[in-house]
Order: sequence, then C-alpha cells, then structure tokens
Amino acid sequence: MIDELLLTVLLTSVPLILAATGELVAEKSGVLNLGVEGMMLMGAVAAFGAALVSGSPYLGIISGGLAGMATAAVFALFTLGLATNQVATGLALTIFGTGLSGLIGAPLVGQAIEGIPELHIVMLSQIPVFGAAFKLDIMAYGCIFLVALTSWFLSSTRAGLILRSVGINHDSAHALGYPVLMIRSLAVLFGGFMAGLGGAYLPLVLTPHWAEGMTAGRGWIALALVVFASWRPWRLVAGAILFGGVTIMQLSGQAKGWTIPPQFLSMLPYLATIFVLVFISSRGRNYFGAPAHLGRVFHPTR
Amino acid sequence: MIFLQSRTSVSVYVTLLVPLISVLATLIAGGLIFAALGYAPLPALYEFFIAPLSRPDQFGNLLVKACPLIIIGTGLVFCYRANIWNIGAEGQLIAGAVGAGGVALSFPDTTSVFLLPGMAVCAILSGALWAAIPALCKVRFRTNEILVSLMLTYVAALLIDWIVRGPWRDPMSFGFPLTPYYPDAGLISALHLPFIGRLGQLHWGVPVALLIAVAGYFFLSRMLGGFQVKLMGDAPRAGTFAGFSPNRVTVGVLMSSGGLAGLAGMIEVSANIGQLQPNISFGYGFTAIIVAFLARLNPLAVIVAGLVVALAELGGDTAQISMAIPKVVTGIFKGILLFFLLAGETLTRFQPIWVGRSGQAFKKGHETI
Repeated sequence: MIDELLLTVLLTSVPLILAATGELVAEKSGVLNLGVEGMMLMGAVAAFGAALVSGSPYLGIISGGLAGMATAAVFALFTLGLATNQVATGLALTIFGTGLSGLIGAPLVGQAIEGIPELHIVMLSQIPVFGAAFKLDIMAYGCIFLVALTSWFLSSTRAGLILRSVGINHDSAHALGYPVLMIRSLAVLFGGFMAGLGGAYLPLVLTPHWAEGMTAGRGWIALALVVFASWRPWRLVAGAILFGGVTIMQLSGQAKGWTIPPQFLSMLPYLATIFVLVFISSRGRNYFGAPAHLGRVFHPTR
Repeated sequence: MIFLQSRTSVSVYVTLLVPLISVLATLIAGGLIFAALGYAPLPALYEFFIAPLSRPDQFGNLLVKACPLIIIGTGLVFCYRANIWNIGAEGQLIAGAVGAGGVALSFPDTTSVFLLPGMAVCAILSGALWAAIPALCKVRFRTNEILVSLMLTYVAALLIDWIVRGPWRDPMSFGFPLTPYYPDAGLISALHLPFIGRLGQLHWGVPVALLIAVAGYFFLSRMLGGFQVKLMGDAPRAGTFAGFSPNRVTVGVLMSSGGLAGLAGMIEVSANIGQLQPNISFGYGFTAIIVAFLARLNPLAVIVAGLVVALAELGGDTAQISMAIPKVVTGIFKGILLFFLLAGETLTRFQPIWVGRSGQAFKKGHETI
C-alpha cells in the first residue's frame, strides 16, 4: 500500500523535475521563460503523435523533447534576437503553445498509445517501501541522471561558471568577451528540450491519451518549483517530490474523507513559493544564488 | 553582427503602423500554420474573423466579450506605464467576482437598487486587496511582483473552486458546483438601444467599460497622478527627485488595476452567468495583457484593441462549432499577435544596424559611438 503510494508520488513528480530543471538552467543564465506550460504541451502532443504514428514510445521521447526545443527557439528568437520583454513573450509562448497543441492534437483525441513499459531494477526493486523508486521507467531514471548532470555542469565546469556569470551580470560577461546571447540561447533551448520531455512524460507514462491542455498547470508549478528550490538542482528534486506528494495526498485524502478541502492542499505549492520569494528578497538576492540579472533585457554594446 | 541602436525620435506614423502591421502579420502567420496542418487557410481565417460578424446581433456579443478586456486592459495600462508587471489580473478578477458574489448571496431576497452598487464596490475592494499582496511584498521586501501576482492567480482559482463546491454551494444544485442564483437586483440587465432594441447579449456593463477607458485616458494624460505614473515608469530617479514616492505609485497602480479586474469579474458574472461557478473567466486576465500591448499602453486605444482581440475570442467560439477544433486554438492568433507587437515595440525604440568586423557601422550618415 505505502510503496504504491510512494510510486504514484514519484511518477507525479517526474514531469515537474524535468521541466523545472530546464527552467532552472535558463533562469541561471538570466532568462525568465514563462512559456513552460506551452512548451510542455507542445512536447506532450508531439510525443503522443509520434508514438501513435510510429508505434514506438521511445521515438515519442525524442520528438517530445525536440518539439519543446523548437517552441523555445521561438522564445529565444524574440527575447534574445529582438530584445523583447521576457515576461510578456513568455506568456505569449504559453498562449501560443496551448493553442497550437490544441490544433495539432484535435484529430488525435480519443486515440490511445502503448506507453513506456516499467523497468524494474533487479534486487533493488524488491526492497520493501523504497523499492518503489526502482520500479519506474526509463524516463524517470534518465530524469535523475539529467539532474545530476545539470548539477555537475552548473557547479563544477567552466562552461557552467560562464553560464552563471552571464545570469549574474550580463554586461560584465559581455565585457569579458563571452557571447551572452549565444549562451542564453543555448540555455533557453535546453530549457525547452527539458520542458518538452516533461510534457512527453504525461501521454507516454501517466495517461496514454491526448487531451487539450493536459498538462493542467504543471508548467506553472515547475516555474514555482525553481524559485522554491532557490535555483539548486537537488533541492528541486526534493521540492518536486514534496509537491507531487501534496497532489497525491489530496487525492487519497478525498478518498479517506479528510476534512481539509483538497483545494487548500493544492494551494500549498503556490503559497510556499510566495513565502520563499518574500524570504529570498528580504535576505538579499545574492545570498540565495538568485541570478541577479534574471529577466533583464540585454543590449549588446560595441 | 547586428546591433540595436536607440532611436532619437519616433514618428506618429510608426506608433500607429506597428499595431496594424502586427495584426496583418498575425493573420498571415496564423493562416500559414493552418495551411501547414492541412486546413485550408482562407476558410479558416473566414471562420475566425468574418463569420462571427455575419449576423447583426453578433456585434452586441463582440462588445460583451470586449467588456472585461477593456476594463482589465485599462488597469494594466496603468501598471505597465509605471513599469510594474501585474500579470495576475486573472486572480484579481476572480477575487472581485467572489467579493461581489458574497454580497449578492447575503441578500437573497432583496429588491434594493443599492445591491448592484454595493456588489461593485465590494468587487473593486476584493480585487484591489488581492493585488495589494504583491504590492506590499514589493514595497516592503522588494519581492518581484511578477511571480507573486502570477502565483496568486492559481490560489484564487482554487479558492473559488472550494467556495462553489463547499460553503456557498446551492443545496438545490444536485451536487453541481454552483452557488444559488443572484437575486434579480444583483443582475446587470440587457441594454436596449434606441431604434434597434436588444443587440445580442449587450448589457449595461459595456458602456461602463467604455467610460472607464475614457476616464483612464484623462487621468493618465491630464492629471498629476497620471503624470506620476508615467514618470515612475520612464525616469524613476527623476521622479524621486521631484518628491514623488515610488512606493505609493507601486501600490496605487497595482491596487487600481486589481480593483478594475475585480469589477470586470463582477460584471462578467452579474451580466452573463448569474451565479458563481468554478470557471467564471476564459483567461480574460491574461488576454487583457495582449489588449494593453496592442493598444500601445494608451487607454483610449484599449477600446479598439479590446474589440480586435474580442473578435478573435468570438471567432474561437465559431470555429469550435464549424471546424470542430478546440476553443484554445484561438490562442495561436493571440500568441502570435503578442509576439509581433513586442517585436514591433523593439523596432520602434531601436534601429537595427549592421556592423562589420572592424566595428564600423555600415549605414550612411550614421554616427558611430
């Protein structure tokens, strides 16, 4: 019973971890992309379509990621190429992605695909309770690998240091000769790829159907998660499991007849994020690793 | 390399041309997307932008759809002019609807003419208080208002969901998440035009919306408060030297735009729905952001911009039925329109110049710095 519950919590948290890790890298480079929900939806519809046509869910993974990346490329073109406001462009990307995925997915409604099979790891999956963490699927294991890679990249490589420096002060980075816009473009594209993977997880693993707007606000929770984790990859995993746990708790709480209305539990991620935001800003930004130039438009000077 | 160089002056024609070109380019890009996905582009554009207006009563419905967009858009213009990024108007709209609903449901048997004004006041206060949260966080802790107002939107959506399923649910609703109907005194009646009579769903909220936009224009262009708002956006340091308080402007613009969004929520429910339900808005709070940008942050232009965007919304309804595609598809047009408007904004403020490797600008008569 309890390991089943743990399994559901882990499954719910995977798309959040994927999308939030991508957004974390983009934000570390100084770009606030509010289009996560739109990129996830594009990833979801592309993954479902590819899996349906080809019959292979693994092809769905790739096309989900690529679709998210292509959507992010639109964002990069406008915010970085044309120096548009990041907040408004991100919202436009979500509105656009929701609409386009709805149009692409209109003929796909009502069809079903073969999802990605579970991949039990020998021995480890037999452990009581915690064995649940080894009864997942290839995307979930890959997700943890990607978090580890991101964490290592940001904290221990020279390229990661440069990426962070661009997010802290783009003018200084530019003066040092780093290609600010190129670095940010790559970070945004990575963010789109991860959001696309997160979206792809929904039809490939969680529910083998396509429904318009099926991410149901997960993109916004992922966005909240990045702040909640104060821009640290491993904290983000913990936060996602916490947020996923809250989602499952309200479902099973409803079944058990709890007196706390489920809506209040669902509010927790958003409220927690507001508290963290207030806490971070009252303590001074640098203390928490918040990228100082987050959301600022960069105009290269000669 | 291409660099963006600040323009010293922007002509009036450019200011007017950018929204026009953006709308045209949106139609072309949207048509191309439909064509790429195997739909005939011209019939699709017809379904979205011409078919909705093929009947005279639909003009009334267009105004009804534009009503919340104009009210919220006017409030957002104030925020964006002051360089304050309120993107939580959707949540403030919900808060306003809940506040007004509380008043209406507290007096189920009243026939008083004061009920509607009371609901309006309560809606404005609720919306303003909801927006006061990011405002106070910003002035007290320097917290980013973008994320706080966005997060509060989802809190508000969950709050109304709980209210209509829990404490305020109509016991006679057979388990549906609906409150009782408002008393008749709490409903906004249809507007009867001279010679024409009723025009679609046209109601008294629409003239109110137009008045608000006009009042917003005069406040922003003719009054000291409006000058403070603009100055705080354009030159905050100059504003502080002039003795204006940035904190007061921040709280002021956020709370007034929240109040207007709240009023829009009240009008939406009282005129079109008549009771509270989990979904009272179709993303009007987010769509109004596009309206504010299409209007180039001018309250009078918000009226026209509201109508243009409302046409796309109405087209979404038409296309849903005639083309069997989901209503969200209209987002393709809304999203692309906002992309182009923002790009146009950049190109009016900056001039792209081509610079060779030597650092010399390849433009005749252009001074290099």
